[in-house]
Amino acid sequence: MKLNINGKLRDLQVEADTPLLWAIREQAGLTGTKYGCGVAQCGACSVHINGELKRSCSIPVGSLKAGDRIVTIEGLSNNSSHPIQKAWVALDVPQCGYCQSGQVMAAAALLKANPNPTDKDIDEAMTNICRCGTYQRIRAAVHQAAGQMKKVTA
Amino acid sequence: MKNPARRKFIIDSAVVTGGLAVGFHVPFAFPADKKNILQGTEVNAWVVVNPDNTCVIRVARSEMGQGTHTGLLQLVAEELECDWKKVRIDQVTAGENLARKRVWGEMGTGGSRGIRISQDYVRRGGAVARVMLLQAAADQWKVPVDELTVSDGVISHQKTKRSITYGKVAPAAAKLTPPDPKSLKLKDPKDWKIAGKPLLRLDTADKVNGQKIYGIDLKLPGMLHAAVKQSPVFGGTLASFDEAKIAGMPGVKRAVKVNDWTVAVVADSWWRAKKALDALPIVWDEGKGATESSKAIAERLQTGLAATDEPFAGWAIGDALKAIEGSAKKVEAVYSTPFLAHATMEPMNCTAKVSADKVEVWGPTQNAEASFAVASEESGLPLDKAQVYKLDLGGGFGRRGGTQDYTRQAVSIAKQFPGVPVKLVWSREEDMQHDFYRPISMCKLSAGLDESGKLQGLHIRISGQSINAFLNPAVIKEGRDMRQVQGLFKDPGDAQFGYTPPNLLIEYAMRNSTVPVGPWRGVNTNQNGVYLECFMEEVARAAGKDSLEFRRALMQNHPKHLAVLNAAAEKGDWGKPLPAGVHRGIAQFMGYGSYSAAVAEISLNDKGELKVHRMVLALNCGHAVNPQQIAAQVEGSVVYGLTAALYGEITIENGRVAQSNFHDYPMLKLAEMPKVETVIVPTYDFWGGVGEPTICVVTPAVLNAIQAATGKPVRSLPLKNVKLV
Repeated sequence: MKLNINGKLRDLQVEADTPLLWAIREQAGLTGTKYGCGVAQCGACSVHINGELKRSCSIPVGSLKAGDRIVTIEGLSNNSSHPIQKAWVALDVPQCGYCQSGQVMAAAALLKANPNPTDKDIDEAMTNICRCGTYQRIRAAVHQAAGQMKKVTA
Repeated sequence: MKNPARRKFIIDSAVVTGGLAVGFHVPFAFPADKKNILQGTEVNAWVVVNPDNTCVIRVARSEMGQGTHTGLLQLVAEELECDWKKVRIDQVTAGENLARKRVWGEMGTGGSRGIRISQDYVRRGGAVARVMLLQAAADQWKVPVDELTVSDGVISHQKTKRSITYGKVAPAAAKLTPPDPKSLKLKDPKDWKIAGKPLLRLDTADKVNGQKIYGIDLKLPGMLHAAVKQSPVFGGTLASFDEAKIAGMPGVKRAVKVNDWTVAVVADSWWRAKKALDALPIVWDEGKGATESSKAIAERLQTGLAATDEPFAGWAIGDALKAIEGSAKKVEAVYSTPFLAHATMEPMNCTAKVSADKVEVWGPTQNAEASFAVASEESGLPLDKAQVYKLDLGGGFGRRGGTQDYTRQAVSIAKQFPGVPVKLVWSREEDMQHDFYRPISMCKLSAGLDESGKLQGLHIRISGQSINAFLNPAVIKEGRDMRQVQGLFKDPGDAQFGYTPPNLLIEYAMRNSTVPVGPWRGVNTNQNGVYLECFMEEVARAAGKDSLEFRRALMQNHPKHLAVLNAAAEKGDWGKPLPAGVHRGIAQFMGYGSYSAAVAEISLNDKGELKVHRMVLALNCGHAVNPQQIAAQVEGSVVYGLTAALYGEITIENGRVAQSNFHDYPMLKLAEMPKVETVIVPTYDFWGGVGEPTICVVTPAVLNAIQAATGKPVRSLPLKNVKLV
């Protein structure tokens, strides 16, 4: 079947019930999207589908169309230039880093929908699990990225 | 019960300690990135200088998010006087370390030892390289070496206005006889320019764009993928499996026995392997372990609280039982804490390739030498035909240390596919149900107060499972395992009890179960911190004293404990007014050579739901190599501690773990994160750990704040099972 991942139409040899996560990791070879739970609990597998945040471990590829635009962490920006990625680096957010692809994708989706999120908005949108406990810096980095985006658009 | 995992571990320990004393010639097989990094001249074991003046610093410890790599590089670079912007890292392999007679020291990364145990020899490693590089320049210019200065990897001679880079003199430096590291004087930390500074981590860039390769991400040509299932009952065995039922499923190669209690399906992708494994009919022989349960374990632990005639680990001052008996007021309580899983975000995994004369392992490991020993033993090949390549860990927390069960499995599977690399990945369910859990325990505490509310005697009786009994029984003498009283030790230096009551009795009664146990970030300081510090709160209240003042009066012999408690109290506004409905709690404890204290601010709503608003944590870790990384570890420790306090509980039914994934073993999320303020109060006269010490004060500070709010102590965890109002 064909899937559009990061702007490239890819022919993937998978069964229809294969979760998108494993098609991305094993067939498309993009390992930035992580396996954490397989049951949409942790968010490590977060990607954007047609601009919306989705947990790819629980989406069978058979439910997708070739026209659906799937964006993974590798396709979020060129050279880590997304304001979220820059803020993550500036504030040293990651520890082990394993969940951070998903955190970055979730934060990018939040800012797209809500360029000026309050703490409460961040609480509601950022539900991915981080076992190292980087939440305080994630919150600060989302605010910082939002501030940067405002400066750019002002 | 004889536990197969335990038996294997003992053999591993013997291999590690026996094998590594001898030097072997190991044929190195560097992965490609290692070749790219190491282009230049090795000045000494720690420092390779490339022609472009980048300095590659070689480290033995593992990076699992705790920031040790950045910290170690800061320490080496400080003495080396190189350009911080041009430092790179190389992770030595266990084979290299063995071949060079462990020149890089121990590789195990746990117990918050990465910096504090390595700091002296890594700094000396940097200093030796600097001396050699300067001498090479002096020889070239024929000037006295003490006329040279160096800054950012550029050596200068003021008199003749000459300068040269480390990159240029490295080849000549490498030919010199190195000075005795012990003869060199290290910098006074007050003169540090790189170490001691709040520098950003060196490993962040690849963690925000998906480029960082963890063990689970490894790709090798021709690689196959394995999924495993282990006996759900601890101690059970694999009776049979019906491979014919999955024959013909897409991509499936074979189903194979991994060991006496584990079966694997190997396929051309992990998802296909996992799907076939779920379809594979498996018959287990559950064995005697099937009768184990949380209820039975709790009853067993109760007997440990009441026991009188058996050996106890512990120590005493005076006669606590008599003092309590004769006191005006008595306080008594029984506390309990459950088994906990590590739940690293990256599930257990390992890639192995075994051929007739070589075993290679790529994986996330906190102890590359244990992985190395396991690879050798399981493959049947000697150590000089084994190699272990470390990949960064998606969390460790003690799970990926000495046991290396997943590495052993990967080698066992790969052995059955000679010459083919096989990547084993555990499902989250497998990871949660086959952990080495934080041990369960209970604690009965009794105190006696005189008429004025002064503590006369304190008795602490812990009953619970022993980590050493499972992993390292040889260190237990006559049934006494002191490790389980961690944080309540008499001796200073590591995890010392911080109070001096006139009479004291600390005892540990060992009560084991079939459940595998192991170190879990903070290990026994976490439970013991809850027991001691929550009970001190109860006793202070019974004495009618302020929680802080009551503690202070008992801490005069422990000035470092006291100073940190005072620092937390001051920054945490102890005694100052609070908004209506907000309450404070305080706690102090010691572990991993460092002193910790915390003040928590909480509120409870009408439904009894807890909100932790703010936590102030004070830490004296002696020297602070990177203050902002220390703050990151403290922030993380709050999440680790609060997750356990609120939700953490592994229960046993019919010999197996009842929980399976994050829906029934939930984690703290961002919305529940309190504001964390870190107060680092180093005294610069010792080297303490950072990754673990502060967890143990998080939960008691919160529970004590709850007690302040409700007037009632919380004596059993997790809080999800406790009705607070």
